[in-house]
Parts: sequence; structure tokens; C-alpha cells
Amino acid sequence: MADHDLTQPPKDAAGVATAAPAGFAEPAPPARAARPARTRSGRPGPVAYLLRLVVIGYLFLLIAWPLYLVGQNAFKDGFDSLRDVLSDPDTVHALLLSLQIAAISVAINTVFGVGISLLLVRYDFPGKRVLNALLDVPLSVSPIVVGLALILVYGGRDGWFGPALEDAGLQIIFSTPGMVLATTFVALPLVIREVVPVLEEVGDEQEQAARSLGAGPLATFRRITLPAIKWGVAYGVVLSLARSMGEFGAVKVVSGNVLGATRTATLVVEEKYLNFDKGGAYATAFLLALVAVASVIVVSVFRPKGKR
Amino acid sequence: MSIEIIDVGKRFGDFVALDNVSVSIPTGQLTALLGPSGGGKSTLLRIIAGLETADTGRIEIEGVDATRLPPQKRNVGFVFQHYAAFKHLTVRRNIAFGLEIRRRPKAEIRERVDELLALVHLTPFADRLPAQLSGGQRQRMALARALAVAPTVLLLDEPFGALDAKVRKELRDWLRRLHDEVHVTTVFVTHDQEEALEVADEIVVINEGRVEQIGSPDDLYDRPANEFVMRFLGPVTQLGGQLVRPHDIRIHTDSPQPGDVLGRVTRITRVGFEIRVEVATGTGEVTTVTLTRDALPTLGLEVGREVALRPVAGAGLTSPADRPALRAAG
Amino acid sequence: MTPTTTVQAGRSARVRRPARLGRSASGRQLTRASGLGLGIAMLWFSLLVLIPLAAVAATAAEGGWSTFSRALTNEATAAAIRLTVLTALGVTAVNVVMGTLIAWVLVRDRFPGQRAIEIIIDVPFALPTIVAGLVLLSLYGPGSPLGVNIANTRIAVFLAFLFVTTPFVVRSVQPVLAELDREAEEAAASLGASRFTIFRRIILPSIAPAIAAGATLSFARAVGEYGSLVLLSGNLPLRTEVASVRILSSIENDNPDNAAAVAVILLAISLVVIVLVDVLQRRVVRRG
Repeated sequence: MADHDLTQPPKDAAGVATAAPAGFAEPAPPARAARPARTRSGRPGPVAYLLRLVVIGYLFLLIAWPLYLVGQNAFKDGFDSLRDVLSDPDTVHALLLSLQIAAISVAINTVFGVGISLLLVRYDFPGKRVLNALLDVPLSVSPIVVGLALILVYGGRDGWFGPALEDAGLQIIFSTPGMVLATTFVALPLVIREVVPVLEEVGDEQEQAARSLGAGPLATFRRITLPAIKWGVAYGVVLSLARSMGEFGAVKVVSGNVLGATRTATLVVEEKYLNFDKGGAYATAFLLALVAVASVIVVSVFRPKGKR
Repeated sequence: MSIEIIDVGKRFGDFVALDNVSVSIPTGQLTALLGPSGGGKSTLLRIIAGLETADTGRIEIEGVDATRLPPQKRNVGFVFQHYAAFKHLTVRRNIAFGLEIRRRPKAEIRERVDELLALVHLTPFADRLPAQLSGGQRQRMALARALAVAPTVLLLDEPFGALDAKVRKELRDWLRRLHDEVHVTTVFVTHDQEEALEVADEIVVINEGRVEQIGSPDDLYDRPANEFVMRFLGPVTQLGGQLVRPHDIRIHTDSPQPGDVLGRVTRITRVGFEIRVEVATGTGEVTTVTLTRDALPTLGLEVGREVALRPVAGAGLTSPADRPALRAAG
Repeated sequence: MTPTTTVQAGRSARVRRPARLGRSASGRQLTRASGLGLGIAMLWFSLLVLIPLAAVAATAAEGGWSTFSRALTNEATAAAIRLTVLTALGVTAVNVVMGTLIAWVLVRDRFPGQRAIEIIIDVPFALPTIVAGLVLLSLYGPGSPLGVNIANTRIAVFLAFLFVTTPFVVRSVQPVLAELDREAEEAAASLGASRFTIFRRIILPSIAPAIAAGATLSFARAVGEYGSLVLLSGNLPLRTEVASVRILSSIENDNPDNAAAVAVILLAISLVVIVLVDVLQRRVVRRG
């Protein structure tokens, strides 16, 4: 149509060939409903293979191989290193302390996270968007700055609230509460990030139905909302647990790193490595990596397809 | 012939989308590929455009073997059901896209885009983003974008499928007028027989990967090659073992002539200007007859009344597949 | 009226709603109970996050300009900030390219073992940073099976940043890429655009905001990184010491003013970078 003159005024619609068939036409089949599975352009070309190779090579060199070597180093002397680590009371104490702190902080973050997610998704209030943005801040703050921030407020000597709390007999910095605070800070957004999308997707029709049937807010939450979001909560808990077990920098700043008292598993890894106990360092690291990788696999395998 | 489709076959896994299809599409005409969803018509259109490759067979466009040509080199314009708008570009830049790719001078692009904007009545919307347009406007933009590069053929895949009924009708009229104006060879896919009958010069009926019939809208409607085509193109009913269009049956209350089928009216329904009369005939069939509103009082029909029916001469299909598909009849 | 995104049948249609609370249609007014809940939540959030972060800003501001200028004129601190920011920029650039590429391969390609890649990408999210350092040391440190030893060099800093930030761009681009309108690409192809042109003019503008978001996260994470460097980089002043380590030593030397000043400087630089990334992103989208 290279030379068609498009500036001509449109002609009238006279030339329509046939009249439409009368009224009760057979219902047209639904558009696109039964489209066969279609694989575009079948076989991957050489570029696709090249990209595939680059990606696999990159991730293998950066993540997979090094990760594998940690396992290998941990078992260089068979199970000796692992046995040594697990029979050293200080290390065991550190592992238990890590677990304890992680458990408390996950519990706090779960309650807080589910609560704030419900508030964000189901209610309107001034400042909602600002709050939503602020909730992601802990992900981008340096762990060292987290530690510094907590010391400036809760430090026993010149913190904003620290001295008063200490007079009341509550030591926070260089003690377990401070480590719990630090851990809770860094893992704070994880439950929220999992639960909010689920809540949005579920909608509130079922909740309204339950209320209209006479269920109170608590019964509605327990019997309708919670079952609907339980997987989101579960993934949030698993990811928070991994993050909490593994926190290092923030805990290091606020813990004082006292052997047998406030030293966590991640601090043990550093200490052992710097004291030339590489076997012990790798064995402890292996245990921590196991928790992390297991968490990722659990979430990846059980998360319904199509959600991220 | 503008497009020659020769023995084209295509499978997706075990699913046979096209089974040795051969069609000739004439230059300058508006051709509809009509058939039920999943029947292979969209696949055929995508193969013509090069968006899909045929497993077997050949495609020629204007005498050039295009079977192995990538879509970029076929010089076809393609319009998608869901517009495929470039969301981050304004209407003007959407339409200019193909010309920018061809590195035309800026002034020429500007002039050409202005022409097209006027043609599709989007001049006031030139600087909007697609998200700020209605569905009908987006589809007109997509059409202008496809026409901008002066394609050898224009291919439209269910172009009005995502629009609501009213806009759909408007755009359908408009496409017909547009085609009368710019006589570019056009092929459009639709599952809506009314759309095909109204707009197309020629219709190719495709079902289960095969061509059922090719012909003008009148041919197909009045002389369907088989039961499938007859049923797909319009309403049908049974009369004396034959398939007949409900409006091709004469109904009267006078004394029966030889060959008339006798029956009793069981139901009368009015749908707008049209009256549907259901008649239970002696053979146990229920035959539907459609009349215009005016005809009803003249005939004096009412439920329970004895009537005589006879098909209009030449109407009806005695037995399925009694005629071979008219391959390449156009 | 929203154009439906066509995702290929047979491929998992990842329908993901980002956790953005833009259009709140179903929002109810606060009841007394939920108001109380919000109050408690805000109190906790303030005590845990907002007040401590405000304390950092306040402490830095207390000392006035002199604290900042003293921090910046300290040779080691200035060097640490420079190293941190430049390395973080470099790492972010690599992530923009590699992250987009990885997301592309995960969305557009199908091959056995992709599930494993999905898991491997998430590992740096969950792995304790100190372990991440050890992990890298086992392949790139002394006794490396590859025979390279980059421990205590600036390359080590780069590698550690790269390791911990790998997931960000991938995870922000992947869902957007999965929901792209494939027909727009086909339309561009039939209009004559080459594969590269389609990528640059159709795909890139659509995923640029997601790339920018991932890049921003990746940069922020790298600038604040500490744990993975402890064992890997040696923290040599003027050579491999990063800003976080400077902040930590200020804390340990009982100089919180200086620590807070460096923290605020890093924050300011991060803000500038975030704004720049956003401007760049908008330009890519507009140019299309």
C-alpha cells in the first residue's frame, strides 16, 4: 500500500457485502479460552545457550562452588571438627544463645509483622504510606549502624534511655536484651513482606462473611484470616529465623562478645578463624550454612508456584 | 495472489494445530479466517507473520518464498487482540516506531504519523500514553502503527476480541471503510461469524486444523459445504431430516401443499424485531422458525395452532458433507 | 481496560502482586481495638527503629560541621568511604548486568536444573554474612583450589559485596520480566526491529524501574556491608578497610560522634545515588 493516499476523506460505509444474519446467532465460543499450549519459536538458539552458560558459570563460581567448599572443609577430617565443636561447652553455649535470641526475635517479629500487615492492608489511617516505606528501612541500614543506633539510645552510660533503664535494673547493651533488639531490628521487614501480598490477594470478603454470620474479631482472625495467611506467615518465620540466626555485625556491636556469656554462633566463627582454629570455624560455619540453605530450600519447595 | 499458503502443518507437542492447510489469499481483499477457538486460525496467521514457524509446507508473500524469513523481513503489519501497545511510548511514538526502525528522515516520519493519526482519528491523543486511551482507541493506534510501515499485508488477530460489544461494532464498520480506502491486503482472524460475514470479502473457515470451506460470505451462508460450516455461520434448525436456517422456512396456516411438513405451535418468543416460533412436527422434531414482527399478525399464529412448514427453495443441507469443501474457490 | 499480559501457556504464569499499598479500596476506618493495636505497633517500631536511627542523626548533628569535617579529613576514614562507595557502585553495575541476565534466563529459558539456580540465588539472602566471608575465602583465599588468593586485597572487598548483593536485581527484575507483554515484542519484530533493538527499546524501558529498584537495594546493602569482609579483606587501613569497619572502630574507641558522622555521610551518599539511579531510569524509560 506504498502509494495510498491517506489524506482522502473516508468514504461512506456503503459497500458492506452482506447483511448480518438475523438475531439468535449461535453463541460464539469464548475467546482464547481453549488455546492450545504454545511454545514460541521451539528450540533455543545459540544465544540462549550462551546466556545459559554465562549464568550458570557465574553463579557456580560466585556462590555454589564456594558454598560447597565450606562443607568440604568442615569434613576435611571426617566428623572430628564437628564433634570438637559440639563438645566444646563455649561453642554449644553460643549456638544455644543464637537459637534463643533467634526464637525470641522471630516470635516478636511474627506478632508484630502479622499485626502491622493486617493494619496496613485492612485499614486506612493517616501516614500509612510513610509507615509502609519506613518498614523496609531496616533492610538497607548497615548492621554496624544498627548497633550504633541502639547503643546511642540504650547504652548504659550515655544512652538516651539507657541510664534510666539501668537504674531500674534492666541492662540492655552488652546483654541479651540488646542482642535481641539488634536481631529483631535487622529481621523486622521479613514477615511483613511475606504476609502483606497474601492478605491483599485473599481480600476481605471471607472476613466480612464471617462477621455477618456473627463471628467476633478474634474468632474471625483465628478461623478465617489466619488459615488463609498461614503459609505466608510460615515463610516469613523461616526467613526471619535464618536471618536472625545469622546476624553478625549488629550483634557484635551490642553484645560485648563475652565468651560463654554474650558470644553467639556467628561471633564464634570469627573468633575461631582468627585464632587459627580453621576446622572449628568451618564446622560452626557449616552448621549455620545448613540452617540458611535449609530455610531457602524449604521456602522454595513449599511456596506455591507463581509466588515470590 | 498475495499470500500463498501451501501444505502448511504445525504441531504443538501432540496437538495438531494445522493439518496440511493450503489457502490462497487474493491481493487487495479483506479476508477473514473464521473458526472456533483452538481451531488453528491464529496459528496460521502467526505463521504468515513469521511469529511462528511452520513444521511443514511453504508460505509465499507476493511471490517471494517467506517460509524461512524472520518476522522483521516480511514487511507485514500485525495487530494483536490485546493491542500490544508499547506502554512507555506516546501514541505518536508508537505509530512512528516502525519508521524509526527503518531510519526514515524525521520530517517524513512526522508527516506520515500525522496522516495516520488523522486516519485513525487519534490526532488529539497524539501525546498521550496508551494507558490513557480506551480499548478501542488503543486498537486504532495499533492499527495505525501497523499501517505506518506500508506493509505488504495487514494481519489482525482477533482485533476486536477484547472490546465490548458496542465499540466492537463501531470498529468493525470502521475497519471495513478503512479497507475500502487503503486497499492493503488484509487477513483477520475471528471466531465471530457475524463479524466475518459483515466485514470480509472472502471467508476461510478453519476448524481442527483444517480448511472447511473458502468462499464469499454469501457462498458460505447460502451454500455451506458441510454441516460444520452451516452450523458455524448461523442459526440452524431441523426440518424433515434436513438442516435449514430458521428464517428459510415458510410457515402458513392454509391447506397443506404436497411436501409440506405438518406440526403444532408449541411456543412463541419475541426477541426484539424477531419472532421465534417453535413447532412440534409429526416426526417428533421441534423446528424453530423465525419471522419478522410484522408477519405474525398476518399469519394469525398462536400456541396450539396447526401449521404447515416448508423450506424455501434451495435452502437446507440434506446430509452432512454432501459437498466437497471448495478449496481455493476464491 | 488494562491490557492483559500474555504469558505463554505451559510456562508458569508468575502473577505477583508487589507489596505496595497504592490503591487501598477495601480500607476501613480504625476501630478502637485496631487503633490500640496500631498504637502499640508504632510504639514498638519507634523504640526499636525510629528513635535509635534518629539518635544517630541527632548525635551527628550535635557536633556540627566540625564532626563531619574531622571525619572526612581523617585520611583513613576518607579512604574507607571512597573505597566503599566506589566498590559498591562497581558491584551495583555488575549486578545490573548480571542480575538482569540471570532474571532473563530464569524467565525466558527452560532447562533442567533451573530450580537449583533459583535456590542458589537466594542463598546469599539467608547465609550469615560471616559465613559468606568464609565461603568466599574457601575458593578465593589461601589454599584456593583455583590457585588464586585475593584475601586482604580490594578485589576481596568487591567479591564480598558482589556475593551478598547478587539476589537483589534478580529478584526485583524477575517478576516484572515474567509479566511483560510478549506480544509487544512480537509487534516490534514485525515492524522490523532486530532482537537487540527490541531489547533496548521495548523490554529495557519496561524493566528499567525494576532494575533501578534492585540496583538501589544492592547499593545500599553493599555500602553498609560488614560481616562478609571481616575474614576476607583483612580490614587494612587505607587499603581494604570499608566504612562500616571505620564506624565500628570509632564505636570501640568510644567515639560515637565520629561513628554517627560517618554513618550520616554514608546515608547522604546513598540518597544521592538513589536519586541518580532514579533519574537514569526515567531517562531510559523516556528514550524508549
